[in-house]
Amino acid sequence: MNRIQMIEKEHMRLDLPEIKPGYTVKVYQRITEEGKERIQIFQGVVIKVRGSGTGATFTVRKISYGVGVEKVFPFSSPTVEKVEVVSKGRVRRAKLYYLRALRGKAARLAEKKH
Amino acid sequence: MVGGILAKKLGMTRIFAEDGNVVPVTVLEAGPCTVVQKKTVEKDGYNAVQLGFMPKKKSRVPKPLLGHFEKAGTPCFYHLREFKVSNIEAVEVGQQVTVEEFQPGDVVDVTGTSKGRGFAGVIKRHGFKRGPETHGSRNHRRPKSIGCCTFPGRVIKGKRMPGHMGNKRVTIKNLKVVDVRPEHNLILVKGAVPGSRNSLVIIKKVG
Repeated sequence: MNRIQMIEKEHMRLDLPEIKPGYTVKVYQRITEEGKERIQIFQGVVIKVRGSGTGATFTVRKISYGVGVEKVFPFSSPTVEKVEVVSKGRVRRAKLYYLRALRGKAARLAEKKH
Repeated sequence: MVGGILAKKLGMTRIFAEDGNVVPVTVLEAGPCTVVQKKTVEKDGYNAVQLGFMPKKKSRVPKPLLGHFEKAGTPCFYHLREFKVSNIEAVEVGQQVTVEEFQPGDVVDVTGTSKGRGFAGVIKRHGFKRGPETHGSRNHRRPKSIGCCTFPGRVIKGKRMPGHMGNKRVTIKNLKVVDVRPEHNLILVKGAVPGSRNSLVIIKKVG
């Protein structure tokens, strides 16, 4: 199995910051449209981190014009230009699905105490 | 030159292409194989080479097979398989066949023994629809009617029925070689390959 892990390691991105559920992140994604390339920024709360190796992904949720939008990003995707951690929210579970049912003030997360 | 190699399936993973697309790959540990025997038109009626894969202790080889290896002057192997070769003059007994025969972008056929499922019903074996679970239904996973009445008075040949599934030779055609790692004897092919992990597979170049 370690030879498979060796191949996965080569394709894994190790330059991304630590991303955990509850963190508010800014994801810079390269998007190619009609031959042109641009960077799209998606800012929101990480509600899920799953998988391992090259298959690991994280889900970012934000409210866009009153509509909840979730985007799944692979950790190892070369289209993810960079990820910035905006703030670290304090949460008590690994999957923050409960945020989907909450709106506005109730959907805020308390800042992590250090 | 041989255009084929023996390999061990290590498992699957996924890697990212340049454009960000995910490519599912099977990792195969291919070779190094040794040419144990050369078959020629004059002697055997066809041109082929016999490749040996995975060295084996001499003490574990049956005596008749040991004689075969000693005649070739090669180490003993767990697996022996033949590959048809058109240009037999270019191959010598004792020659090594490695992954360097293949390049990324090549198209290969991969043959293996599929995972055995035992005696399987029609839903698993042939993809039949199941019956209702409730509302008085007594037909849950049955094959239902298997034919007509007095005419033809028999079940038509080839009717799909329950039976043994898997554990047979399966070839997946036209798989693309994504990457070759000569330093670790690895070939990465796009897509799935028959068999369980650590099972023997035969890789043949197409064209």
